[in-house]
Amino acid sequence: MSLEPQANLRQPGWAARGVGSRRVWRAANAIFWFIVTIALTFLGLLAITFFIGRVIPIDPVLSVVGDRATTQVYEAARQAMGLDRPLIVQFFSYVGDVISGNLGNSISTGRPVIVDLGRFFPATLEMATLGILIGVGLGVPMGVIAAAKQGSWIDQVIRVVGLLGYSVPAFWLGLVGLALFYARWRLVGGPGRLDIFYEGLVPSITGMILIDSIIAGNMDVFKNAVWHLVLPASILGFFSLAYIGRMTRSFMLDQLSQEFVTTARVKGVPERVVIWRHAFYPIRIQLITVIGLSYAGLLEGSVMIETVFSWPGIGNYLTTALLNADMNAVLGATLVIGAVFIFINKISDVLYRVLDPRAR
Amino acid sequence: MTTRDWLLADSPTSRMQANLGRTYRVTLALMRNPLAVVGAIIVLTLIVTAILAPWIAPYSATGQNLSNRLLPPSWDHWMGTDELGRDIFSRVLYGSQITLTIVLLVAVIAAPLGLVIGAVAGYFGGWVDRLLMGITDIFLSMPKLILALAFVAALGPGINNAIIAIAITTWPAYARIARAETLTFRSSEFIAAVQLQGGSAFRIVLRHILPLCTSSMIIRVTLDMAGIILTAAGLGFLGLGAQPPLPEWGAMISRGRNFILDQWWVATMPGFAIIIVSLGFCFLGDGLRDVLDPKQGENK
Repeated sequence: MSLEPQANLRQPGWAARGVGSRRVWRAANAIFWFIVTIALTFLGLLAITFFIGRVIPIDPVLSVVGDRATTQVYEAARQAMGLDRPLIVQFFSYVGDVISGNLGNSISTGRPVIVDLGRFFPATLEMATLGILIGVGLGVPMGVIAAAKQGSWIDQVIRVVGLLGYSVPAFWLGLVGLALFYARWRLVGGPGRLDIFYEGLVPSITGMILIDSIIAGNMDVFKNAVWHLVLPASILGFFSLAYIGRMTRSFMLDQLSQEFVTTARVKGVPERVVIWRHAFYPIRIQLITVIGLSYAGLLEGSVMIETVFSWPGIGNYLTTALLNADMNAVLGATLVIGAVFIFINKISDVLYRVLDPRAR
Repeated sequence: MTTRDWLLADSPTSRMQANLGRTYRVTLALMRNPLAVVGAIIVLTLIVTAILAPWIAPYSATGQNLSNRLLPPSWDHWMGTDELGRDIFSRVLYGSQITLTIVLLVAVIAAPLGLVIGAVAGYFGGWVDRLLMGITDIFLSMPKLILALAFVAALGPGINNAIIAIAITTWPAYARIARAETLTFRSSEFIAAVQLQGGSAFRIVLRHILPLCTSSMIIRVTLDMAGIILTAAGLGFLGLGAQPPLPEWGAMISRGRNFILDQWWVATMPGFAIIIVSLGFCFLGDGLRDVLDPKQGENK
């Protein structure tokens, strides 16, 4: 270890190679620690779901077989679940099960939970993605304008929307939206992903109806899907708009008070260029983190929205399972949402570090 | 000497005078911020309503009167009646008791827990810090609502379990703050002075570090209240929080879901209560932050 640099000294061109390998070494180091932290966090998530599923319930067997099961069934289930083993052994066999994709069977659907989750996840992804597109598409420009014209009407709108985003229950907004835009004015489609007579017309390839209908070339289904998607996605979009707009505004205010902005203005740079080129350019990296957080938040927020809109996504699956006391399904859905949430968070964290020269 | 002079004295003669004076100054500063005043009024109204609900509510919260079912808002029933003929306005008033209970209990459980964990981690450092903050970070990186849902699923539905589940998901943020605060004055001279006098670690953390963390903790807890109210209402909406016939706002919205198309008031009215109370806590929290922690307020 200590001899290596000396050996390098004698070789010509050691400096250039040294810098290069140091950068590679640093990147490898960063990737290594990224994997370690993400693995530890996942292990923590598993520990929590294990704790919820096996330790909190007074009798986990009873919550699986029900209280009308005979003694034989009860004992068989107890043996099958391995509850006679020590807790730590149970935990590691649980981790092994999860890694090999075995999340148990759902009581209410009768299928393996992992299959159910694969079937329900695309619907959530479709809605959350559309929601974040609305949130970014409106929130970022509104935040920039609000900061550029402090006190203008758009600044007030951002402020009010930001506050409402913190204080309006998503499920309430969904219900009011349904009552007004669907029942009263017929501007959008009702609950569900499609009207009943469009159901099953396009083959499910990605599970996302918008994409599937384009692949199948069926524009009627596409239109109907948009018709149904517009309201729930807009409500999710509203919540991400509230967060993204507020953060963009405060980042922009920070930048606009910097001296280089004053310098640019004094030099006579047009205001539009000052705002977008000088002030906005540096904050785009901070925005990536905010958008990542917001996207992860939407996956979680869709639980309530999906319940209100009978949207066959993972949130709806989770709440249905909750009401049926279907613990395998609850824990499976918690694991998947938690894992995606953690993953998006960590990825946006890493992107920030890679892209921002100050954080390197 | 007037009370005001006594409160604002530059050299207070007793600890009580100093504390009261500080409280008075904070109140004065808050009064200059109109939104904070609105927030304070809303929160005070919530507290007063919760205490006086049995006397100011025009009808009973649970008494059914099927001949009056699903009446639209009128002078007799300001917010209309629900499917069992119960006055929604009275139920919303009684519901403030439940909301206040949830919010207070979550704050009482989660804030001290986070405070102690964070302060201990920050004061001792080393592997204690790494272990405690590792656990904190794992909880912080979980989706809160989902975690609360899973905990309630295991504990069983009900208001007490909802409170426990929400508290479990809120403490990590407080631990982070308390740790950051502790780190800033861990190596300062007054701590060293207590250490030289032979003060135990327990005494230093409890008597000298925790009191200094409280103001940032109060700000954070007030700002978090809106989120706690929304989560509690969400659990109630899903049927996992307060159980009927308790007039919990989220559960009331859930009951009104079936009538949303024709009898819109059943689901809508409790929602307004949630929005107003959450906004109140947001306003008050923002105001408190500006007064108690001006540095943080500037770049919001």
